[in-house]
Amino acid sequence: MANTYNYHADENGMYGEFGGAYVPEMLYPNVENLKKVYLGIIESDEFQQEYKALLKDYVGRPSPLYLAKRLSEKYNTNVYLKREDLNHTGAHKINNTVGQILVAKKLGKKRIIAETGAGQHGVATATVCALMGLECIVYMGELDVQRQAPNVARMRMLGATVVPAMSGNRTLKDATNEALRDWICNPEDTFYLIGSVVGPHPYPDMVARLQAIISEEIKWQIKEQTEKDYPDYVVACVGGGSNAAGSFFHFLDDDRVKLVAVEASGLGIDSGETAATIAIGSKGIIHGSKTFLMQTDDGQIVEPYSISAGLDYPGIGPQHANLFQTGRAQFLSATDDDALEFVMELTRLEGIIPALESAHAMVALKKMTFKKDDAVVITLSGRGDKDMETYMNRFNL
Amino acid sequence: MNKLKELFLSKKNILSIYYTAGYPNLGDTVPVLDALQSGGADLVEIGMPFSDPLADGQTIQLSSHKALENGMSIKLLFEQLADMRKTIDLPVVLMGYFNPVFHFGVEKFLAKCKEVGVDGVIIPDLPFDEYCTSYKPMFEAYKISNIFLITPQTSDERIRLIDKNSTGFIYMVSSASVTGAKANVSDQQVDYFKRVERLNLKNPRLIGFGIGNHDTFIKACDNAHGAIIGSAFVNLLTQEGASKEKIGTFLKDVRA
Ligand SMILES: Cc1ncc(COP(=O)(O)O)c(C=O)c1O
Repeated sequence: MANTYNYHADENGMYGEFGGAYVPEMLYPNVENLKKVYLGIIESDEFQQEYKALLKDYVGRPSPLYLAKRLSEKYNTNVYLKREDLNHTGAHKINNTVGQILVAKKLGKKRIIAETGAGQHGVATATVCALMGLECIVYMGELDVQRQAPNVARMRMLGATVVPAMSGNRTLKDATNEALRDWICNPEDTFYLIGSVVGPHPYPDMVARLQAIISEEIKWQIKEQTEKDYPDYVVACVGGGSNAAGSFFHFLDDDRVKLVAVEASGLGIDSGETAATIAIGSKGIIHGSKTFLMQTDDGQIVEPYSISAGLDYPGIGPQHANLFQTGRAQFLSATDDDALEFVMELTRLEGIIPALESAHAMVALKKMTFKKDDAVVITLSGRGDKDMETYMNRFNL
Repeated sequence: MNKLKELFLSKKNILSIYYTAGYPNLGDTVPVLDALQSGGADLVEIGMPFSDPLADGQTIQLSSHKALENGMSIKLLFEQLADMRKTIDLPVVLMGYFNPVFHFGVEKFLAKCKEVGVDGVIIPDLPFDEYCTSYKPMFEAYKISNIFLITPQTSDERIRLIDKNSTGFIYMVSSASVTGAKANVSDQQVDYFKRVERLNLKNPRLIGFGIGNHDTFIKACDNAHGAIIGSAFVNLLTQEGASKEKIGTFLKDVRA
């Protein structure tokens, strides 16, 4: 049941009216060069062999698709968890960094910069830089440096320099600004390894392709485990949207598969303390791409808030903007409290302590009604180790 | 004739000053403009503050942040500039990031520019290609110059293309950097200035980023039609406020 609409990027990086490359001239040569070479590189046999080998032996893929029995019983449906939390370094982020570091090497770049929110992308970048012997600088909002301390220590152990971003709310948006400024100042030797499906074209498409392994595996795993060869639902949380983009990728053209994205609404959509971009945002340009973002009447970007550092971002990847606009995906939002409830629920029912980000995706179980025989795949994007301090405080442990 | 065109036909060693609207105080936009005119600036770029100015260094990040805190907005800026042409003869250019302009509405923005007498705009993150396909006719209809940046990494071919499709002047970013004053101009930078000079472009060239005192201004003037001073001037505003006298001295010292 294929539909004919193209949900992927066109050659200019447009998803419908979203996407593109809104970068100052200082970044143009780098972005333009990457745009010219990225597909050739990642579709080459050489790249694919190296990438797939690393995913298997280094990351530990395929990640299991696990039928969560007690959770399924409670919600009277069939819940399958795509276990990205079991990857090396504890989240889906490493699928992307393993791929991009090979691209960076191919381009002969010696210095790697990255932004990070929860620190998962920072850790995943520092990890592949250690693996390849490349210099690594990670920009991280100063607030996130505080609330994700274990990941800061991991990055430092891995040899990365962590630079706190002091502007704005000192979170992911501000870290991204600093990384872009670094790239402007170091155009020759530096590769910007972006951690989500955001930024100027070709990043959203490149990152989606590198995360597409998630849906590639779901596809054969669901066939192996059920009578159907497709899931009825695929659910994922969205910060920038990379785990969702990877989870949706191979199902975009299959209308039988309903796609659900869960944003973080912080203290509530109308509280003024939220990161639910689709719920309250409007069209504009952020970090080089046209998409939805949270902005004032004057077009100033609004500082977001979420308990989850990885979802605390005022924009969303341009592909998701288009999936929303076309109605291909359904967008929900989950508050801090919703997410915390599901952190505990998953922990007690299945013995899995999830990342705060991933717990937002689980909230779909409460917000939606599924049929008894539906196969509902929820991407568990990461594990909760990095959030233990928050959990200790919130749950009085 | 367009004020920008007139300026470059009649003058050499152009001194262009950038400052952030609504800084240090909300009401300073026009007083600073007046002081720049009486102090002898040739061209003025008024910055429209943005929450996330990713091509700017510390100084302009802070001035933008403060201006927004003061309550600056595009709407208010046009109100402040409504009567400027009664007293201001200098060419005036607005500089800012694309999102606020896009949100305001590009056509409405250009109409407002025309209405108050703005001569050109600089929007660093409006891509050249998108400008050509989507906005060029609009800019032409309102007779507003769109000024593009080039950098040491911009290829000769692209510089020619940008030259062909722009009016007013070409903004030469002096090195691979964000905005911010620097102490000197290196030989490597001079090589790049010369390379661009040899291209014989139709548009005049102003050098900006890292120009902030007499020495760097003269170096820039040796290799282009003049220079743009931003952060160094904003630092002056930070220290001295919108003082007409201090602004006059600053301009005199730069030219010396
Ligand atoms: C575990 C986890 N899930 C989700 C996200 C959100 O990113 P994205 O929306 O790109 O998947 C992050 C980001 O840091 C993360 O660490």
